[in-house]
Amino acid sequence: MSNNLTRRGVLKTGAVAGAGLALPTYLSAASHSGFTNAPTGSTVTLGFNVPQTGPYADEGADELRAYELAVEHLNGGGDGGMLNTFSSKALEGNGILGKKVEYVTGDTQTKSDAARASAKSMIEKDGAIMITGGSSSGVAIAVQGLCQEAGVIFMAGLTHSNDTTGKDKKANGFRHFFNGYMSGAALAPVLKSLYGDDRKAYHLTADYTWGWTQQESIAAATEALGWETVNNVLTPLAATDFSSYIAPVKDSGADVLVLNHYGGNMVNSLTNAVQFGLREAQANGKNFEIVVPLFSRLMARGAGDNIKGIVGSTGWHWSLQDEGSKAFVKSFGTKYGFPPSQAAHTCYVQTLLYADAVARAGSFNPCAVVEALEGFEFDGMGNGPTLYRAEDHQCFKDVLVVRGKENPTSEFDLLEIVEVTPAAQVTYPPDHPMFAGGALGTCNPGA
Amino acid sequence: MFGLEKKDTTLLILVAILTMAAPFILNPFPEGSGLAQFNAGYPDLMQRFVIFGIFAIGFNILFGLTGYLSFGHAAFLGVGSYSAVWMFKLLSMNIIPAIILSVIISGLFALVIGYVSLRRTGIYFSILTLAFAQMSFALAYSVLTPITNGETGLQLTLDDPRILGASATADGSIPVTNLFGLEMRSAFDLAVGPWTFTFSAGYYVCAVIMLLAFYLSIRIFRSPFGLMLRAIKSNQTRMNYTGLNPKPYTLAAFVISGMYAGLAGGLMASMDPLAGAERMQWTASGEVVLMTILGGAGTLIGPVLGAGAIKYMENIFSKINDNVLHGWFSFMPDGIENFMVAIVHPFVGKGWHLTLGIIFMLVVTFLPGGLVEGGQRVGKALRRNKDEDSKNASTEPAE
Repeated sequence: MSNNLTRRGVLKTGAVAGAGLALPTYLSAASHSGFTNAPTGSTVTLGFNVPQTGPYADEGADELRAYELAVEHLNGGGDGGMLNTFSSKALEGNGILGKKVEYVTGDTQTKSDAARASAKSMIEKDGAIMITGGSSSGVAIAVQGLCQEAGVIFMAGLTHSNDTTGKDKKANGFRHFFNGYMSGAALAPVLKSLYGDDRKAYHLTADYTWGWTQQESIAAATEALGWETVNNVLTPLAATDFSSYIAPVKDSGADVLVLNHYGGNMVNSLTNAVQFGLREAQANGKNFEIVVPLFSRLMARGAGDNIKGIVGSTGWHWSLQDEGSKAFVKSFGTKYGFPPSQAAHTCYVQTLLYADAVARAGSFNPCAVVEALEGFEFDGMGNGPTLYRAEDHQCFKDVLVVRGKENPTSEFDLLEIVEVTPAAQVTYPPDHPMFAGGALGTCNPGA
Repeated sequence: MFGLEKKDTTLLILVAILTMAAPFILNPFPEGSGLAQFNAGYPDLMQRFVIFGIFAIGFNILFGLTGYLSFGHAAFLGVGSYSAVWMFKLLSMNIIPAIILSVIISGLFALVIGYVSLRRTGIYFSILTLAFAQMSFALAYSVLTPITNGETGLQLTLDDPRILGASATADGSIPVTNLFGLEMRSAFDLAVGPWTFTFSAGYYVCAVIMLLAFYLSIRIFRSPFGLMLRAIKSNQTRMNYTGLNPKPYTLAAFVISGMYAGLAGGLMASMDPLAGAERMQWTASGEVVLMTILGGAGTLIGPVLGAGAIKYMENIFSKINDNVLHGWFSFMPDGIENFMVAIVHPFVGKGWHLTLGIIFMLVVTFLPGGLVEGGQRVGKALRRNKDEDSKNASTEPAE
């Protein structure tokens, strides 16, 4: 039987032939518009890469809320938040350059590898034009390097290591958050007035780039006061129990414990320190004190009563009374029912700053954005007048010194502001030894 | 062909076709459609599929053939990555010397660890390898920071003293990894109607290397050496009594699988020149065990399937956030929509581990032979139906 002309056969052949004929018509290389992921349609995609699991998951969740709020405001939704107080008026609430802002999210897991994989998939699969987020300096540095190679802009989230805008700085990367050096410079005068100038400090330090540089900065700033650094012990980032690190502190001759820990790490180490009775202890004839150079409201909530009276620095706090902060707290509170953290603040501001730079440059091209951000001075985003320094892509703004409140009035009212250190006092030259050894290179627009 | 039996040749050709056509196969949904979320055909993930495929193939040579369960294989992957990145920093951005060095170094490393660990069998062997891997992780993470750059991971910088090639390109950026000038990052987009298929140079380099690795593993499986390894698995005491010393064979298998892991590590660094310490953590070692068992330990293709399945879950499921879920269920009334989102929520996004765990449990319980056994059962069922069909067809006229 050679009659193969069945209905199915005819349909199949027809479909294959049709596809074959149609193929060459559509065959074309993707248009190269001069830079990676140039937005072609009516939308533009941003990539929000935050830790959703691991020791910094709380910060990550708050960052994501801030990003969603920022996207809402950029697209003209909500009450506009800081767009109303921002000194630059290039943004009109119609997206960025008229393109509606969409976003994709990913989990960094606070691991360099996972963060890079997630950022890569955003760039390669989802066509993200800008990556932002992260709550760890190790991750920020790894993703910043990736963005430089891939030719997209990286707007760092919460990263406090000197290296992010120091030896590992990159032309495509920008940091709004403050850093370890600034913490040291802001804390030192306050520590001197509170605890005197002949203290002996014992450091516990998270064992990665942020911990090392913060420890270095704090040690340098306090030694300049006349303090002595007795010991510095490195603890693994993944540690959850610090009793074995806390136990030797009492007999070390130190009278101040400096916890260079963040997030869940700090909550656990502070709790351990309090359990070991360090708060009530006496050493060298003085009250034993604990200092946490970088802390946030989220950590204060995690640490509960233990945080009371502990001094540290923070980038921003919701109780600030300038117009920008009030507008942000109001729209964040309306949407989520509680005030934002400093991580949320820096991420929100970074998104707006990026959008504004694109609007002012009139292009999504990373090199145009870099040019627009370098040396940009702005106000109305909290922290007073701020400069994005061209030499290292670091923002210079006021730093807050805070203390855990003795009598909190609500579960959010946990920190009181001791001092607002003006930007001038925390500014350092771009070639400061703690930031030396790196180069920005040139901006990379990719494709 | 290639000194293989017909069945193995067919398998090799099938794998070759699948890997070469992967950009098409993994992008079945048109861009912009709701299902585009499930597309996996972007360079980074495709590279991960084949690189972890190599890792799992190598692990299977040890675990599938000799039955020695190593819980520390990620250490070799990490060592391979670090060697490759150092080669990029010091010698050249060409990936060939980097990959060669990573295979050699991880082979030597495996020789040392294997020599010590293989003095014991069973659970004691597993614990020893686990201990060595955690030691390597701790070293890389903290003690050896000058070599490994600790938690941040080893990266290229603008002032690397590269002997062959420039430290920085003319326009002031870090040069990219290449194969004799072919940049690993370069890709070509093919737009066919609403579909976009990306062909990445890096992926095809990895895919070709994986095919070679796969071919080598078939040859090992079918060789007298492979038979000896199976004999070790079935009864080591009997081997001893027949006068054969199993130790050189197990050590050889251990080193070979360590070199496979090093190759995978070197390739990972070649695609993305960064080596992080987390690559060596015990969870990474556990992952390759999961891959092998999920796919089917002791089978040729199983580990590759398992690697693909796990990497797919990790990269695709973890990116489904509540926003996407609301998009899916938006056609339903509000209450039901929120209810559906609440039900699905724990299984996607950061909950992808949970989904993976459930699938792993189901596979191990109902398909002890892994995905391969599942495939065989389906194949058998189909064949039986067909046989019955043809029987029916042939008997029909008689009635």
